[in-house]
Amino acid sequence: MLLAASTGEDLLRAVLQGAPPGSVYALIALGFVLTYKTSGVFNLAFGAQAYVSAAMYFQARNEWEWQVVPALILAVFILAPLIGLVLERLIFRHLSNSSAVAKLVIAIGLTVALPSLFELVTGFSAVAGRTPTGIIPGGSSVFYDPFGIYPLSRDELAQMAVALFGMAALGALFRFSSLGLALRAVVESPRMTELSGINADRVSAFAWALSSLFAGMAGVLIAPRFNTLMAPDFFHLVIVAIAAAAIGRLASLPRALLGGLGLGIFIALFNTFLPRWTADHGWLRPFQENLTPSMPFVILFGVLVCWPAIRREHRVVDPLSGVDPPPPGLAALTRNRRLTLITRVFSVSLLCVIGVTVLLRADVRWLFLVTQAVILAIIYLSITVVTGFAGQISLCQGAFAAVGAFTVFQLADRYDLSVLAAALVGAALAAVVGAVLSLPVLRLGGVWLAIATLAFAFFFDAVMVKFSWIGGGGTSLFQGTRVPRPTIGPWDFADDRLFLVLAVVAFTVVSFLVIQLREGTTGRMLHALRGSEMAAESIGISPVRARVTAFAVSAAIAGFGGALLAIHQENVNYQNNFSPTAALFWLVLVVSLSARTIEGAAYSGAAFSLFDSLVLRGEVFRWIFRGWVPGILPISPKWRFVLFGLASIQFSRHPEGLVEYGKRRATRRFNERFDRRERDRASQETSP
Amino acid sequence: MSPVLELRGVSASYGPFRALFGVSLTVEAGGSLALLGSNGAGKTTVARVASGLVVPTSGSVLVDGEDLTGARPHQYARAGVAHAPEGRSVFATLTVAENLRLSFRRTHGASGLSCALDRAYDLFPQLGNRRSQMAGTLSGGEQRMLSMARVLVNPPKLLIADEPSLGLAPIIIDEVYQSLRAIREAGTAVLIVEQQVGHALQLCDRTAVLGHGAVEWEGPADEATDVMVGQMFTTGEDG
Repeated sequence: MLLAASTGEDLLRAVLQGAPPGSVYALIALGFVLTYKTSGVFNLAFGAQAYVSAAMYFQARNEWEWQVVPALILAVFILAPLIGLVLERLIFRHLSNSSAVAKLVIAIGLTVALPSLFELVTGFSAVAGRTPTGIIPGGSSVFYDPFGIYPLSRDELAQMAVALFGMAALGALFRFSSLGLALRAVVESPRMTELSGINADRVSAFAWALSSLFAGMAGVLIAPRFNTLMAPDFFHLVIVAIAAAAIGRLASLPRALLGGLGLGIFIALFNTFLPRWTADHGWLRPFQENLTPSMPFVILFGVLVCWPAIRREHRVVDPLSGVDPPPPGLAALTRNRRLTLITRVFSVSLLCVIGVTVLLRADVRWLFLVTQAVILAIIYLSITVVTGFAGQISLCQGAFAAVGAFTVFQLADRYDLSVLAAALVGAALAAVVGAVLSLPVLRLGGVWLAIATLAFAFFFDAVMVKFSWIGGGGTSLFQGTRVPRPTIGPWDFADDRLFLVLAVVAFTVVSFLVIQLREGTTGRMLHALRGSEMAAESIGISPVRARVTAFAVSAAIAGFGGALLAIHQENVNYQNNFSPTAALFWLVLVVSLSARTIEGAAYSGAAFSLFDSLVLRGEVFRWIFRGWVPGILPISPKWRFVLFGLASIQFSRHPEGLVEYGKRRATRRFNERFDRRERDRASQETSP
Repeated sequence: MSPVLELRGVSASYGPFRALFGVSLTVEAGGSLALLGSNGAGKTTVARVASGLVVPTSGSVLVDGEDLTGARPHQYARAGVAHAPEGRSVFATLTVAENLRLSFRRTHGASGLSCALDRAYDLFPQLGNRRSQMAGTLSGGEQRMLSMARVLVNPPKLLIADEPSLGLAPIIIDEVYQSLRAIREAGTAVLIVEQQVGHALQLCDRTAVLGHGAVEWEGPADEATDVMVGQMFTTGEDG
């Protein structure tokens, strides 16, 4: 009897404990669903928006010592909607007919760019241990305990009240107001709404402002739960919100609310009861320690993979979508053979000059950066395969790379295996992980595939890395995850110059393999699938087989690259190199430069590793102008995130990437000027 | 009195693909024009230009003597142009009543709304029976009725109907054309894009025949039949 009572008490306590964070999840999920419904944008940047509002509020309260109300008005009621309006006006309005995947990539770019941009503009920086305050005086110190079980703080009560109020307001808006009706009409077809005499742009701008307001409010409300205000925490928040929104199939607002609340309570229940079960069953212990922080990702992954209803989401097609011009074809330009030869010879010789210069003259720092660039280029080739060839957005390339890196660490540490052999084993293991992961995930397709891989990446980050047989466990915290450099015969690769040569050789070999894949049967199949899945299937191509191959190959390349990176740095450095958020930036970088070509991967590697030193610190100007550097330099390395994050906006217009786009444009201009046949053809095209 | 719609030398394109080459057309106030032509002649593009969905690359569009070139579709709608696009022209995810509310809200205000709804249900009792049903689940004929109800209750200056007979049974087509006749009698000018030549010619006074994105012939509707027959026999040759 006593036991039953205490179990009931625990249940109630968990519910009370989980409801406040649950309501904040619900708040974000509501805004998320609102944006998705009205603009079709899977707005991952929601976390970034919440972070910006929370940081603004923190800045106003703690730095400028404003009162609660003006700070709240500035952060939530002015800044948050303003960001929404700017995003809608400058970016998403022009994308209304782009694919959902293109919009997702841009949202990822914004996730990377927004927090850095805010920090650069306001000079805000996270200071450890300075806990944000809530919106209610004494929010975290005054408690109410209605049931005598769990004391709810004022902050928590405020969170629940705001979430309920937000839901009620949204429901009333959609049900009773004509603006709500217009919102729903715009979801289906902005153009038909226009034909009814309604300014559709203004309606969707309103939707963005409103949903951003939700994000901002949620950000300010949840901030007191974090010890230190940092952008990645808010990104986690969005993952939870996506899980909540996915429960409502991204369409139903009430279900998103319930999903958010339910998730909060479920996590609290889990945290209450799992420790007891582990007391009885010892084998559960490692899970208890690691699973708790990763519950949202596990739930998201589970919902996506196990709930087929999500896949069958049918979108009503805009009957007026034919008004838009067809997307530009991706057919390769026919290049003049002599021109190709000239540019190839030129670029190869330029590369050789750079290579020799680096080998002979570079100091330790530059050698390190250039080697890192080459190895990252190998990892980026994995994105070329999965995103460029197979057309799938995978956000877990960091996890694949980490599998390779940790394999090298474990095999070298335990069995004293040669690290190069271990790197190959790592690549094979990553391929297995990739193939196994791809089986359930590939059926999702499109945006959901990207989100499922993201969930996996965070799951790997929160759970798998903590296991001692992967990440080295507690000992690696003190000793690091040390990896030795290899020796082959007379060559000792502890020498940085020699290792650079090794990296270049590895990059060449992997590039060659990737080209073989592209030109071979699998590459052709992937190309056909990208054109039209249905048409490809009708001529007997199995989409699953081709894509699983692509996934496995991509994972193997990432694993191999990750292993090399660990060998190069003589340490796995998981947090710096392979964390999920780092991998997000990889994708943004590769996709905005060029995901379809080997060059694109090489440029991306260089951009990741060298852009900071070359451009932002002004080294390039120092070399060219003999010591002179423009006055504004050096500027913060955060600009790298801002610039490349914003560059991903180009993805919808130039899905081939900026590098490839520039090259094609240059070729076309060259042809128009110098090649008479080409000019004749061009003039014929424009006449009827 | 200025014509309700005037296109002056309009050219239009979808990205790199040009669809119209210097089309000039007028529809007089209360008049009617049937726009005929083979597939790909540019009929639908003319309709889209006339309601602001496609912005012309050159030339100008005048509604009631006012230059609306480059204006947004909702500005055309507010100037009195109603466009029923090809195929589905109702909001599939809204109910019948909501579809009607969406178009009456601006013109009738909150107070006149229920009155306007009642008139729509009087005109088409079938719609009244299905008022809380999603419009996407209506049959093709009922969807046409719904879009007709929107314009009949609230007659615009100009109605552009793009293939109003597409995919409908002959008996329903007759009903649709009866409604169109009623709209004409209410004083609305009509621009009809049609492949069902017979119906369109009966309804309209004037006819324009499009081919390869340009006006090939324009004249009274009763002279059009011969021209159409001639065009049918020639289009196959010059592609």
